Amino acid sequence: MKSYFYALADYVSGKLTSGEIQFSYFSGEASDFARLNHGKIRQAGNVSQNYIKLSLVKGRKIASHEFIVSTDQFVDEALVDTVMGNLRERIAILPEDPYLLYSETIRSSEEIEASRLPEKEDVMDDIHCLGKGRDLVGIYASGKIMKGFANSFGQRNWFEKYNYNFDWSLYYKNDKAVKQSYAGFEWDSEKIKDKIGQGLEALDVLSQTPMTIKPGKYRVYLAPAAFNEFVDMLNWGGFGLKSHETKDSPLIKMVEEGRRLDPAISMFENTKNGVSPGFDRFGFVKPDKVTLIKDGVFHNPLVSPRSAKEFGVETNAANSNESTESFELRPGTMAHGEILRKLDTGVFINNAWYLNFSDRNNCRVTGMTRFACFWVENGEIKAPLNVMRFDESILRMLGEKLVGLTKHREFIVSTSTYYQRDTRSVHLPGVMVDDFSFTL
Amino acid sequence: MKEYLKSLKKVFLGLAPKNTFSSLRFVNTHHEVLSVRQDILEPMETSQDKGVMVTVCKDGGLGYGATCDLSAVGIENAVSNALAWADISRKFPVVDFSKIDMPNPQGHYATEVKTPWDAVPLSGKIDLLKETCAVLKISEAIVDWQTYLWHVSTQNYYITSNGGEVSQTFNHIIPDISVTANKGAETQKRSLEGMMAYSRQGGFEVLEDIGFKDKAIQVAEEALELLAADNCPSGKMDLVLSPSQMMLQIHESIGHPLEIDRILGDERNYAGTSFVKPEMFGSYPYGSEHLNIVFDPRKNQMATFGFDDDGSEAGKQTLIDRGILKRGLGGRISQVRSGLSGVSNSRAMNWNRPPIDRMANLNLEPGPATFDDLVSAVEDGVFMTSNKSWSIDDSRNKFQFGCEYGRLIESGKLTKVVKNPNYRGISATFWRNLVGVGNQETFDMMGTPFCGKGEPNQVIAVGHASPACLFSNVDVFGGE
Repeated sequence: MKSYFYALADYVSGKLTSGEIQFSYFSGEASDFARLNHGKIRQAGNVSQNYIKLSLVKGRKIASHEFIVSTDQFVDEALVDTVMGNLRERIAILPEDPYLLYSETIRSSEEIEASRLPEKEDVMDDIHCLGKGRDLVGIYASGKIMKGFANSFGQRNWFEKYNYNFDWSLYYKNDKAVKQSYAGFEWDSEKIKDKIGQGLEALDVLSQTPMTIKPGKYRVYLAPAAFNEFVDMLNWGGFGLKSHETKDSPLIKMVEEGRRLDPAISMFENTKNGVSPGFDRFGFVKPDKVTLIKDGVFHNPLVSPRSAKEFGVETNAANSNESTESFELRPGTMAHGEILRKLDTGVFINNAWYLNFSDRNNCRVTGMTRFACFWVENGEIKAPLNVMRFDESILRMLGEKLVGLTKHREFIVSTSTYYQRDTRSVHLPGVMVDDFSFTL
Repeated sequence: MKEYLKSLKKVFLGLAPKNTFSSLRFVNTHHEVLSVRQDILEPMETSQDKGVMVTVCKDGGLGYGATCDLSAVGIENAVSNALAWADISRKFPVVDFSKIDMPNPQGHYATEVKTPWDAVPLSGKIDLLKETCAVLKISEAIVDWQTYLWHVSTQNYYITSNGGEVSQTFNHIIPDISVTANKGAETQKRSLEGMMAYSRQGGFEVLEDIGFKDKAIQVAEEALELLAADNCPSGKMDLVLSPSQMMLQIHESIGHPLEIDRILGDERNYAGTSFVKPEMFGSYPYGSEHLNIVFDPRKNQMATFGFDDDGSEAGKQTLIDRGILKRGLGGRISQVRSGLSGVSNSRAMNWNRPPIDRMANLNLEPGPATFDDLVSAVEDGVFMTSNKSWSIDDSRNKFQFGCEYGRLIESGKLTKVVKNPNYRGISATFWRNLVGVGNQETFDMMGTPFCGKGEPNQVIAVGHASPACLFSNVDVFGGE
């Protein structure tokens, strides 16, 4: 596909007239999806999709159109001809764009990994065998993901990876379940067997009589998967320059009033250690690492090319939402074995769910506990917890209420498959917080 | 395109396995997004997405193959992929799919359009957005302001190996206005009744129907009112909700819990389960006697269609009748798996995702009260409008919702504006506190293009029409 895309980009460049430039962004995948319920297949199939977003620039004017690529050269070149004609007509009408910014420096790159994926029949045999008679529900997604960039200056970038992400829950009954995932490039039947074995052991604890706590303030431990949901909320404008400049950031108190988090908190966009492509649709290449928050103080925002032009700063090739794609939180010092002892009496939260802002100016979020969460007393797990609603400020959680962060971190690859299989990831420790507010 | 569909049908029927059910769904979608921010046109984005999904039933298994390669070879590959997955699926399917009698429909549907999107020149659309944007900056405190129009036209063609053939065309208009007001570290935002809440089917006339341009100044003024307002008070009190918040309330705490695939457990790894159990249908008191909920393919509402993506014909169905739960939201496959009555709501977001149970249009039927009746019945309470925050547990019970704009109700009168109005409750009891339902004059047709669900994930358009409603004894609170 790489050669095909580059050839099509050359065809586009060959059609340019004086003063025109073009840049094209390719996004494609060939994926297998198998959806499971009660250890059986509910829906399974294959999706093959390839899109190009073609941008035509003339002077300070830009027009863009995204279309599907059939990989039939005759069909695609004819489509490109039509698209370019339409974009030219549009450019004649559109005003100049004062915030247009694209890279004119050629920085080509290739990141290609050969497939080590298993046959889908073998994976399904493993899952069938392990899920038999068990209440396993989830999704297996696997296949090739491709991203590419090409412009009329001659820059070429290609990213091609083959991976799988098996994301599932083992249910005891009602809403009591253990959530697990297994992502990678090479399937290991023994590893998945071990993982499910661990999940089944955890189900034993969930089979105990659950307890309900009263609304109030409790010490909590948020496992990395649970804290990931809070990172998602910070990504709703927390790190982006545009949201800072338009005063819409949930971290507005840090930006406008200098409010600080605990010095243990440092956050990064670490592209080098992530699994996302390192280039954007305007031809910019992302820096290896951007420090977002350093020792509790807001340091750098994520800056898309458009924001860079609008607000007069350098871009760090952030996406148009100015959200992280390879987020990292610096680890702490708490050993894994210390978690329960340090929690002492409180709530162990493995997963959180459906967070949203209840007071954006104070970065206060509400959400639910989900899956395997436990009540802990004197450093021992006493009972599974019925779901509880929380409402708490992330500024306080990572500020005056922070007890500590674990030394161990988990690398979590996004399981999101809206529109396409996601390549975002986070690298997170667990987080312990005092006086965490439960409200319902 | 007509000729292409004819040849597509021929190719597919030639490839479809014999003596078993298979289908092909072709979807061709055009998007156009226009936006003016701070009086400057944002980069205009358009797209065309086109592809097919082939579904094949084989020996009790079911598989799909989806591709954007629309050549005969592409379709052949899609059939082959569908067959391969059907072959794997037959070893351990959730149900013997060969025993499900899938519909083989015949028919057409088209959005009723008075002024087609393309009948208005691009310059006219840009001018409208610019003129509307130009009235928004009414104070130095307004730090960001934007107008927005998104048009989606979709052609959907569905054929089955047993002679089914359905053509549908949709036109969706998604308008919005947003204004951000700020002072120091305090920011308040106001939009056109909540993010994209006036999403509807239709042509350019939708903008006139909803008063797009005329409402702009009100949006800006209310952003400033919020900036100057006190926080919403806390406590148990009466709550009047506008249609733009009722949309969210219906969606989250009636729509999702009634989805039969959730009740069957399909969604438990992602969107969640449901507190509703199969045995509740027919007798469970979901709400007060004032609560009447219908699945309604209402003219030009956001998620109206003639046939769902498994070919079932759409028709109006009552789900909750005078408070009693009668029927769930499940398409043909879920109905067979569960043994429950359902509706025609098996829907896919695009050619590259398989259909699952979605709520489509789910509406609350109007009652007898005027808006003044609802407000005058309240001694101490709050009126809230325009959703801005939504959160509910995975069984769809414990919820917390927030609105953009609130006004206190004191001694039967609307009084001062309050910011950050939030409320929380439990679905299973909240609807029993519905004490007043507004009449047709308070009724409005809302919608959103963004309802997320399913694995692989899908985002889909839904519509919710409702009158204003009064709830008693609700846990209300504000910000810090």
